[in-house]
Amino acid sequence: MNHNFQKDIAGCGLTGIISRKKRRLDGSLIKNSLCLMRDRGNGLGAGYAAYGIYPDFEDFYAFHVMYDDRTSRMEMEEHLKDSYDVEKIEEIPTFPVKSIVISPLLVRYFVKPKKGRLVGGISEDDFVVKTVMKVNSEIEGAYVFSSGKNMGVFKGVGNPKEIAEFYRIEEYEGYIWTGHTRFPTNTPGWWGGAHPFTLLDWSIVHNGEISSYGINKRYLEMYGYKLTLLTDTEVAAYLLDLLVRKHGLDIKTACTALAAPFWKDVDRMEDGRREVLTALRLTYASALLNGPFSLLFGHSKGLVGINDRIKLRPLVAATKDDLVYMASEESAIREICSAPDSVWAPRAGEPVVVEVSEE
Amino acid sequence: MYEIDAKGMYYRKLNELVRKAVGDGEKEILLKNVNGQYYIGDGIREKVKIIIEGVPGNDLAAFMDGPTIIVKDNAQDNIGNTMNSGKVVVHGHAGDVLGYGMRGGKLHVLGDVGYRVGIHMKGLKKQIPVIISGGTAGDFLGEYMAGGILILLGLDEKSDRPLVGDYIGTGMHGGSIFIRGDVDKTRCGAEVGVMEPDDKDMKTIRECLKEFCEDFALDLEEIMKKPFKKLVPVSARPYGNLYAY
Amino acid sequence: MFKSLAPPDYLATIDTDKCIRCKRCIQNCGWSVYSWGGDRVLIDTMKCVKCLRCYHYCPVEAIQILDNPVKFKPNAYWSYNNIRNIKKQAETGGMPLTGMGSDLPYPILFDRLLLDACQVTNPSIDPLREPMELRTYLGKKPSKVEVERGEDGELRLKTKMPPQIRLEAPFIFSPMSFGSISLNAQKVLAMAAKECGIIMNTGEGGLHEDLLSYRDHIMVQVASGRFGVNPEYLNAGVAVEIKIGQGAKPGIGGHLPGEKIPLEVAKTRMIPVGTDALSPAPQHDIYSIEDLRQLIYAIKESTNYKPVSVKIATVHNVAAIASGIVRAGADIVYLDGFRGGTGAAPTIIRDHLGIPIEHAVAAVDDRLRQEGIRNEASIVAAGGIRSSADAAKAIALGADAVAIGTAALITMGCTVCGKCYTGNCSWGITTQRPELTARLDPEVYAERLVNLIHAWAHELREILGALGINAVESLRGSRERLRGVGLDDQTLDILGVKPAGR
Repeated sequence: MNHNFQKDIAGCGLTGIISRKKRRLDGSLIKNSLCLMRDRGNGLGAGYAAYGIYPDFEDFYAFHVMYDDRTSRMEMEEHLKDSYDVEKIEEIPTFPVKSIVISPLLVRYFVKPKKGRLVGGISEDDFVVKTVMKVNSEIEGAYVFSSGKNMGVFKGVGNPKEIAEFYRIEEYEGYIWTGHTRFPTNTPGWWGGAHPFTLLDWSIVHNGEISSYGINKRYLEMYGYKLTLLTDTEVAAYLLDLLVRKHGLDIKTACTALAAPFWKDVDRMEDGRREVLTALRLTYASALLNGPFSLLFGHSKGLVGINDRIKLRPLVAATKDDLVYMASEESAIREICSAPDSVWAPRAGEPVVVEVSEE
Repeated sequence: MYEIDAKGMYYRKLNELVRKAVGDGEKEILLKNVNGQYYIGDGIREKVKIIIEGVPGNDLAAFMDGPTIIVKDNAQDNIGNTMNSGKVVVHGHAGDVLGYGMRGGKLHVLGDVGYRVGIHMKGLKKQIPVIISGGTAGDFLGEYMAGGILILLGLDEKSDRPLVGDYIGTGMHGGSIFIRGDVDKTRCGAEVGVMEPDDKDMKTIRECLKEFCEDFALDLEEIMKKPFKKLVPVSARPYGNLYAY
Repeated sequence: MFKSLAPPDYLATIDTDKCIRCKRCIQNCGWSVYSWGGDRVLIDTMKCVKCLRCYHYCPVEAIQILDNPVKFKPNAYWSYNNIRNIKKQAETGGMPLTGMGSDLPYPILFDRLLLDACQVTNPSIDPLREPMELRTYLGKKPSKVEVERGEDGELRLKTKMPPQIRLEAPFIFSPMSFGSISLNAQKVLAMAAKECGIIMNTGEGGLHEDLLSYRDHIMVQVASGRFGVNPEYLNAGVAVEIKIGQGAKPGIGGHLPGEKIPLEVAKTRMIPVGTDALSPAPQHDIYSIEDLRQLIYAIKESTNYKPVSVKIATVHNVAAIASGIVRAGADIVYLDGFRGGTGAAPTIIRDHLGIPIEHAVAAVDDRLRQEGIRNEASIVAAGGIRSSADAAKAIALGADAVAIGTAALITMGCTVCGKCYTGNCSWGITTQRPELTARLDPEVYAERLVNLIHAWAHELREILGALGINAVESLRGSRERLRGVGLDDQTLDILGVKPAGR
């Protein structure tokens, strides 16, 4: 009875940085930015996503996995070795933090699907998605919380500072970073419940609540996604995967589907544009993200910020040289960039799309 | 002038120091290196002046009743929430939901303001709250407005942002909005009438802007050259026929 | 005179002291309950159906229609209706007929489901002052859209979109044929549909020429009797519906009694005046699913591919049937639950066949999702939608829109007396008697129906606002926003709904 899950609810703060020149920045910036928004979280969940951190393994999918116990690890690794060429296995380096008494077993794997397992013309990405869905829904006590290439997510129960210290965030260097502090109102004790949520190289941090979660979830299930994490944010990651990777929409167009303009505005557009937006709205009606939200989503080529159609959650953006910042509060940006070139508040439903320049 | 260095300080400590300074009889307090601290000036009833260097956090001047707060930089969301009297001057831009249920006093923002500015603003006889933005505003300007004055100037001719967003004055049932520039009626709430300001209105605008211009060293006459539109509720009960008895 | 052993249901009474002998009751009663006795009004209460027309037109409140206190001895097993029907059948040898939907006390799932609302963690939205979208498009949707960005940065659509029916609110009017209802009643539906930006459905009785000007708001129906079906008719509306069955009489055909077939109806249907119009149960060109496909595409070919709806009664295996209908090419699956109304049906059929619309919508929506074809067709839920709350619940269970029949008739004066099959409707709705139909002024009653749709639309906006969403598609199929009260585990599982408190 998959409808019987209890959905998680949380308030939050979020922040992100991208270097358009793919300059790698260490994790101290994002940590300092996130730690400022102390009152947007309650110490029961924080996390970071970083892109460009595994240059030595850039051709391998980096699986970050949390385990409740050894049995689940054995089961997972058996499954993994069966389907993947495993380049490297290591425990994710952590640093003891006084307040973090219990943590799951955290292991990362650099892997590639075995050629022989890609039957029926299935792409490597699809194969990885299947693995993630299978592990997260079927292997008790194992949870893949990061599965992209040359990127990784670090998250858990604790405040932003504790989680950063625990995962030694400052030792990583990435060209895109996002961070999230969480104010959960139920199920606080699960490390997997913290943001960012990921699939392949998509990572999402989210503030607000997706009131359309019920139908977004059922829509995704029709396309084989298994929503196991009991949180509304998960749908955003999978919707992007579906719309962009599987359906081939560009990111801006996908955002238009997720935060569709109002009919009254569509009705006034000239024919061509109206036709496109109507088709998107009709086709992706069940993908519409409704309710208050601001989202940052990272992917290997860029960072996108977007909020809901009537701007019920905050989002501020700023630029300085090759860097673009986005956060729930301007002060979170100013903490790490005292004199930005420009600062602005994006309009409701209009995405801020930043892409890295290709070398 | 009494100085507090707010660098890295949590809001509770900072606001405790501010309240203590006010209690000690300080009349002018300078807060340096502010960044993101919430609730500055909240609930203070003395006529003190608080100068803020840096970006103050949300809920600045909430329930405030008397002080003048000068922000030399940008400011965030929810400024002047249910403020009763006093004044907030922001030299940069400000965020969403400014002056929620504001009951009196003034909020002067030199730059842009966000969504739902002046929402539920009140006003009674001579206690008339005033919000003035020198820049542009987002959607739902003056939503549910019941009193007071909202003025939007759009001073930056080169701005690529629209002067004002959609759903202007939706639910408005009192007070006046003055916009320096054209207003598209289809972007206004059903209850809003768009009209030319009369002489009395122009006098009110001039009075409000005089102080605004003094705060930011702007040329009043230059601003007054461009015509204003006046938005007021034209139906007291636009939703009367929605209900069956 | 032989007095029936089935006692009258109602006692029509007139207070002779109050009565001013204006005879309005005599003029107004379509059933001839009243007649003039020289100095006072005489009453034949056996004929009374409690439609309350006389009561509303009595200027002095002299009339009372009482429930007959004379009942058979109460028996928890042998109900009044059981005994009464047996007596009637003993007298006539016939099947008791009835109109409207079943009134038996089966569990009403709509009344065991509650909608969600927002508090703190997500905000509710004020639907009066903030945008709130009810617009709904019925029709096949592609599973994905292909676009390309031109050199000017503008998007161009590469996918060819299937035809859609645009509704300004997720309501349509149920099919009710000219014949079963009067032309004036159909005009009310058409005028209101146009005004509200929704659609009405001709039912199977063809399209009277007076309705041609409303063609952008009409769906035409093709049923087994093929009344009034010609190429012009098929192209006269925005879509075509193939009627397989009706919720009130699944597996049973239609039977319009000769009393309801005067010249105009006969002309429109191309049948003789005064004969019974028969629409037998099966469409005799559809004995299997591939035959349905053949008919769907024959209609599409004849209409340059207008959307085709297929209407079925919700029977036990409805999910598999609906899946077959979608795979056969239908753009819309119209599900008519067992509470659905009718102009005439054998009571025994109406009250004992089919399943409720709530189960059916849930099962069909689930099945289409499991098969990955939910986008291939819209689902219309019908059969006992009594309020905007029922509509909201049906939509949350998975319907794209709901169809309204009985509720629309109630705005025209109907009191759900259930005697539609007699052709005597005193309100001028389910009758063809000119002196009765003339009472139903389309202009006047269209306004009332428009009021109802507007009121329900407002209520739906309030519900969406409370749910914190500003588009109806975010409610559609969002069963997370429903909770069951006092429902057993299995029912909850079928509905895909959690119990209240979870």
